[in-house]
Amino acid sequence: MEVIRHGKAEAGIGPAAASPHALQPGDKDAFRARQLRARDLLRGELEGDDLEQHVRDSIVTTTLDKAAHWAQGNSIFPLTFGLACCSIEMISLVGSRMDLSRFGSEAMRATPRQADMIILAGRVSMKMAPVVRRIYDQMLEPKYAIAMGACSSSMGVFNNYAIVPADKFMPVDVHIPGCPPRPEAVVYGILKLRKMIQDDPTMAWRDRYRAHGTEETKPWSLTELEDRAGKAAELESREQDARA
Amino acid sequence: MSSDDDKRDGPVPEDGSAASADREHDSDASTTERERGARVADETSATTPSASTPGQPDEGGGRSTSADPEGASTGAPTATALKEREEDWETIAKRYRADEATIDFSSQLGAVATQDETELLTINMGPHHPATHGVLRLLTTLEGEVIRDVKPIIGYLHTGIEKTAEDKAYWKAIPVVERMDYLAYYFNAMAYCGAVEDLLGVEVPKRAQYLRVIHLELNRIMSHLVWLGTTMLDLGAISILWYAFRERETVLDLFEYSSGQRMHTRYFQIGGVADDIPAGWADKLQRFLDEMPTRLDQYEAMLSKNEIILQRLKDVGVLDAESLQAWGVSGPLLRAAGVPWDLRKAQPYSSYDDFDFKIPVGTVGDNYDRYAVRIAEMRESVKIIQQALDGLPEGPVITGDRKVALPPRHELATSMEALIHHFKLVTEGMRVPEGESYYPIEGPRGELGCFVRSDGSSKPARVHMRDPSFVNLQAFGDMARGEYIADMIATLACLDPLLGGIDR
Repeated sequence: MEVIRHGKAEAGIGPAAASPHALQPGDKDAFRARQLRARDLLRGELEGDDLEQHVRDSIVTTTLDKAAHWAQGNSIFPLTFGLACCSIEMISLVGSRMDLSRFGSEAMRATPRQADMIILAGRVSMKMAPVVRRIYDQMLEPKYAIAMGACSSSMGVFNNYAIVPADKFMPVDVHIPGCPPRPEAVVYGILKLRKMIQDDPTMAWRDRYRAHGTEETKPWSLTELEDRAGKAAELESREQDARA
Repeated sequence: MSSDDDKRDGPVPEDGSAASADREHDSDASTTERERGARVADETSATTPSASTPGQPDEGGGRSTSADPEGASTGAPTATALKEREEDWETIAKRYRADEATIDFSSQLGAVATQDETELLTINMGPHHPATHGVLRLLTTLEGEVIRDVKPIIGYLHTGIEKTAEDKAYWKAIPVVERMDYLAYYFNAMAYCGAVEDLLGVEVPKRAQYLRVIHLELNRIMSHLVWLGTTMLDLGAISILWYAFRERETVLDLFEYSSGQRMHTRYFQIGGVADDIPAGWADKLQRFLDEMPTRLDQYEAMLSKNEIILQRLKDVGVLDAESLQAWGVSGPLLRAAGVPWDLRKAQPYSSYDDFDFKIPVGTVGDNYDRYAVRIAEMRESVKIIQQALDGLPEGPVITGDRKVALPPRHELATSMEALIHHFKLVTEGMRVPEGESYYPIEGPRGELGCFVRSDGSSKPARVHMRDPSFVNLQAFGDMARGEYIADMIATLACLDPLLGGIDR
């Protein structure tokens, strides 16, 4: 996430080039000056360069989108949904060794309507695939899916009539290899997803599946929908150009 | 009940549409369609009288006694009457309390729940339900909160493992067989390897047998720990999950240390085990064995005196030994009902007769006994591992038969014969003489048996697993019928079904 902290951006050039007002650790005079500026601000007497400096020191500017994505990525609620072997390793994610709550994902939700992310932990059989799809459809956007383990990514060691890879019936954001993956690998996958959410949410499955225009929108924002369709067409033409 | 019959004619179209909608919704469960349709019909016809209950008690004479006092206390008060009441408030209140005590609600309640014609409600649980321990689907018929019938629907995790195993060479089928009952992977491998070894007539070295016992019992502890954590989670005791999974991680570290994998280790080979235990493994295991009994004491201190746990477990899900045996149930469930049946004692395999251990049994066969038996089994497993570790014999860990086991790496550089054996085993696999074999062992959930039929080729003609979860689940209906729905969850958890083993 790009948060622009003005004071730091200036100080980032190097300690020698730092502005005279930038606070150095242990610099009592600068700290005192900052305190005085804060006092003056409260009195309404701060103006000119001092006011500018105070704003640079104390305010972080960002866009609302970025702030929202930052918050979203740091509190992904997974769905309590286990299929097979991987689900046991998924339970050990919330155990004391891995402790998924460090990354804000420990609040497992039992209903898809409250969950942000579904972890397909195990093999998805032909009989289970429609059920999984329905559960995924019941989740509210923004929603993310992780295919945990070889079976749900590529049918794994079985590779037979009974198993379906998850990509065949629903969009998947992150695939985690392993049979079953270690909990560390799953945490890595969740962190990848977090980065995906925080960097650019459009880089997730909609790009890969060319699914622009499927976002849940209010019925009256048709222009927005057209914009998205236009974006999809643009992507497509760009790909064609690249191919040509 | 003629009035009810009249009403039953009324909702016929509604009844039909409900049944057809149900059928559309679940076209996969074709076997249960007819019964479910019938049940839905019962349900709607039973619902209609209760929908008209507000009018019913007044027509019947049930509440005639209560009608008078109510009328007296709330009947249109005049100004003077109000004044009188204000003046003499205490006597009026007394009279009101006395009247109130005479009101008889029994007929009203009877209209809801205890009529001859009971109100049944069919509720679907699963396949995605946090408390079904996997993707089990339960079709429950409820009367109020009481389970009248429960029908497990399985197959949501069908993986076709038995068929896949037919397509692989004997020793390459071990990884897929291990993934059947995914909390008992050493047991799956043991049953399969045992069956193939019987067919081959291979002698397993003593050290390999002891190493197998150590890993099997570690696996049993691990499986029971997962059971303990998830079951108590269902009952609302959440913190035990963290403790149980802490110990599970210790066991998995041992597995990883000896085989390189946490789960599905493929440590057991046909004819022995894949490799000897690494240096330092025994010390690590000894540390675990030293601390495990105190950990079990801590679990019991948390649970065995917990009033909520005791009330949820005691006298719940009782089923006597005869019915359990009639259903073919084995393992901790049967031992909880007082039958000391354990294949480790009854039909010792892999040197189990070398060890001194007891079979924990329960008395009543309720959920508490099932819990207590499993805790005691973990203690016995610790004892077995300790004995096996102390008496671990020296020697090879896999059979010396080069037609069955891969030659050691150093021989490949010096011996042409070893190279040929290696090549034949890796490309084609071993040829197993024609025949059938069934190898039952005592898994964490009961008798886990593997049937292997060989047609003389290098691939098994048939691999079938007699999985205890599948057989035990049959008795679930008898256990749960008549229980509250919340107790059904506890009973299902104490049954410890593993859908990977059931559906395979």
